[in-house]
Order: sequence, then structure tokens, then C-alpha cells
Amino acid sequence: MTPTKTKRKAKSGSTKWNPNIVVFACNWCSYAGADTAGVSRIQHEPHFRMIRVMCSGRIQPGFVLKAFERGADGVLVSGCHIGDCHYIFGNERALEQFEKTKNMVRLLGLEEGRLRLEWISAAEGARFAEVINDFTAQVRKLGPSPLNTGNGER
Amino acid sequence: MKTTSTPEIAEIADKARAWACYDCGKCTATCPIARVGGALSPRRQVLAANLGHREDIITNNALFACLTCGLCSSRCPAGVVYCELVLNLRQLAFHDGVEPECPHGGALQSMMRMMAKGKTKQDRLSWLTKDLKVQHKKGDVFYWTGCTMYYDAFFPDFNITTLDATRAAIRVLNRLGVTPVVSPDERCCGHDLLWNGDRANFELLARHNVKLVESSGAKTLVISCAECLRTWNIDYQPFFETSPPKIMHITEFMQENLDNLKFKANKEHTVTYQDPCRLGRHLGIFDPPRAILEALPDITLAEMPRSGKNSICCAGGTWSNCDRYAKHIQVDRLREAKSTGAEFLVTSCPKCQIHFACAMKDPNLHEEIEIPMRDIATLVADALAD
Repeated sequence: MTPTKTKRKAKSGSTKWNPNIVVFACNWCSYAGADTAGVSRIQHEPHFRMIRVMCSGRIQPGFVLKAFERGADGVLVSGCHIGDCHYIFGNERALEQFEKTKNMVRLLGLEEGRLRLEWISAAEGARFAEVINDFTAQVRKLGPSPLNTGNGER
Repeated sequence: MKTTSTPEIAEIADKARAWACYDCGKCTATCPIARVGGALSPRRQVLAANLGHREDIITNNALFACLTCGLCSSRCPAGVVYCELVLNLRQLAFHDGVEPECPHGGALQSMMRMMAKGKTKQDRLSWLTKDLKVQHKKGDVFYWTGCTMYYDAFFPDFNITTLDATRAAIRVLNRLGVTPVVSPDERCCGHDLLWNGDRANFELLARHNVKLVESSGAKTLVISCAECLRTWNIDYQPFFETSPPKIMHITEFMQENLDNLKFKANKEHTVTYQDPCRLGRHLGIFDPPRAILEALPDITLAEMPRSGKNSICCAGGTWSNCDRYAKHIQVDRLREAKSTGAEFLVTSCPKCQIHFACAMKDPNLHEEIEIPMRDIATLVADALAD
């Protein structure tokens, strides 16, 4: 199932710009949270691609930076709530990695609003939708990434 | 100006003098990777290049296993320029879609490519402290900072601050009455991308950086990082439209001005010096760092058995060689440094510090190989008389 299966096209006549967002989600909580949003038929913004990893601890700066390098307008990193990690402490590692990533992104001159970390559990379908809507609105406000050259090429 | 077209293998072999090889095997015998059991044989690579076996060379892991430290070339009686051969073959490989397995998930390569795109305004100068006098646009001396601010953000758990060396270099320049240009628009020199085979992005960076320095009107370009220095001194040369400024390593600049530097007495220290491969064998800068260590009061240099031309590299130069062989080389080298009885390991390349700091994290070898590290510029800055 794809959690992105919602209304794709903007209403005709609408010229609203739609961002390209990359969402990293852990298999056990956040990805399942997206699934919950889907099966509960909760409507949310569809302008993201989701990449599932086994644990948020796997999401190292290289992943996020590569997404930005290839022109992603925003990157959302998500995992289980602290204390709920399927692998006990994977999300604590994710937090460490995220701090590094954030510092690199700041040095590189991208707006901090393009990057966000959220803990979303498997039950929080509504929260998943809320986070996605909020983040999409935030990135939309920032506009296209300066590194977005349109073709995803280096 | 050079173009991005990729030369063919025969041309590459010809340029690197591969044809002169008479199969003596000294290269493979001295290769640090081969010595610790890695599958790299420079001799075989040279032979394959001579025979034009493009597929073999490019799909062979050995191409990216090479540290490009230049030890083999320095021993080669036929004068084969092995680093040049590897550099160009990697471009060919990149062209065919073969890339090294980048350690750190390719984060540093992504960082460089983002800078190559160059559409953002980097936060490049927030590390400057108030006591450092710099200017941002025009001046006689341009100080090239390199990417130390990125390294410190990326390796917070290594207990090293590579920015210390950058700040120390500016402090010494200030003391010599120089207010260097430190530009917020500097970008990565592209050294690692070039050595990973990504010539197109390297050229973007090269053009930008050369233009930046040219527009500053600087007559002298002072650089701390050994890799940046090699890139500026050799790889950037075709990109200059006017005559290039005098490009100097910070140790060369300090050596030239030693008479104007006054030092205070130090607590006695024995140090040993690690020659960065780019600074030593690539550029032949062996003496200036030693002259400076000599000039510092109360500092005694205890050379490692393999030093100067025979120095062993930190085994991680281009963010592409991190494996157990690299680790082996680093541990060996740190043991060697400790065996001199030195209190400090002094070097002049941020990457040497990063890679040795990484090796020192091994919990099983902790005390056996742990030795504090200093950049040579910080030693000088700390010894400056008030």
C-alpha cells in the first residue's frame, strides 16, 4: 500500500507550487503510522516520497544530504517515540545523527525549516497526517530549494 | 581551459608514463595497502593500463583501494606517475558509472556536490573569533580556510577541533602584520571529488574558487590544508586566466617570516611529525614544517622511522578508502609514533587528524595507540610571545 494515495492533482486553475519532500520512516512505528493514516482514510498532503528503513537509527547524514543534493525541497526524518524503539535505543542514535545533519545543513546554507525530526507511533495515523500537512505547508512557504534544479541530476 | 571530455585509456597510460614500466614490482612491494594484505597491486594496474584492459581496471576494486599516497611513485625507478594514472582512470570509471564506496554514507561527497551547485549562501565564517583580524573582499594575502568547519560539525565525537588550526594560522598571520582575506564565498576545493573521479563537479568548484581568489587581487594565497594546497598548486593551474598568485603552505609562509616571529619559552615537549602525503610526496614540502619545529623553543622533534619521503599516509585521503586495511595502516602508524616517545603527534592536514582520531577510538587498543595530536600552526600560535 502506498500512503501517498490521496488526491494528486491540484484543483484546475490552481497555480499552487507543490514541493518534493522526502520522508524517512522506520519500519515499526512511523511507516506503520502512515499506514494507519491510509487505512483510516485520513486525507493529507500527497507531495512526499517515503523511504522505509528498518530503524530510524539507520538514517545518517549522508541520506539526508543526498536528498538535498538531488533537489529535495524538504526532508522529514521520523521514528518511534523515545523509549519505544523496536531495537531499544535506535532512535537515540537517530537523534545524534540528526544533530550532525542539522549542523551540516545549516553550514551549507539551507533553511533549517527544510529539515525536521518527528516521532510518530504506529497508532498515530492522525498525527502522521497532521505532521505531513504542517511540514508541507512549512516547506511550501519556503519555496523551492535553491538546489532544486528540476531534474534530480547532480 | 581543460574540457570535461574523458580521455581514452591509451592516452592516460601514455601521460602517466605507464609504458616505461619494466615490471620490477617495487611499487607493489612498497604499497602500504599491499603490505597489510589488501588486494591492490600497482604493478598489475600499470600492466592492465598498458594493455588497455578498460573493463578489468574499472570494475576492479583495486582502483579505488589505492590511497594515492604516492609512495610507489617515489620508489619507481622508471618514473611511472602512478597517482596520475589512478586519478585519470578513476575519471574513466566515474564516466562508466563506477564510484567508490564512500564512507560516512557519502555525506561529505554530497556536501561537496551541493557546494558545486553553489546556489546557497554558506554559513562559512561563524567560527571567526573577535581577536582574529580578517577582511572579506580584497587584500594582498588570501587565507584559504578549507572545510574544517564542516569536519568539526561532522565529527563531534572525535575530540578534535580541526578549526583550531585554522584559527591559529590566522593568529600567526595577524602577528606578522597580515590581515588576510577570508572569504564567505569560498567553496570546497573539490580535491576529493576529483580523486573520486567526478571531474565535472570538480571543475565547477575550481572555476568558482579561482575566480574568487583572482577577484580578491591577492598576490599570495596561504593554505593550511595539505589537500587544498595540492589542488591549488597542481590541479587548479589550467583554470587561472591571469597569472596565479604565489601559493604557499602556512608552514612555508611562517618559515619565510621566521625572523619576525618572537617565541616565548615553552614547557618542554618532544613531538613527532606526520608528513601528510599531499604536502610531502605530492608537493615536496618536507623541510618547512621541520624548520619551524626546530625554531620553536623547547620543542624537540623525534622522527618516526618512516618519515619524510618514506612517510606512511593516514590512509583516508579522499573519503573513499575506509576499510580494515586503512585501519591496519593507521594503527601501525600510531604505534610507530608512540615508539618515538613523543608527547604529541604533529601534522599539518586536518584529515590526518580525523583519521588517526578515528583509529584511536578502538577500545581494545586505546592505550597502545593513543597519542594527542596537534596541528603545526597551533603549536606556533601557542608559542608566540605576548
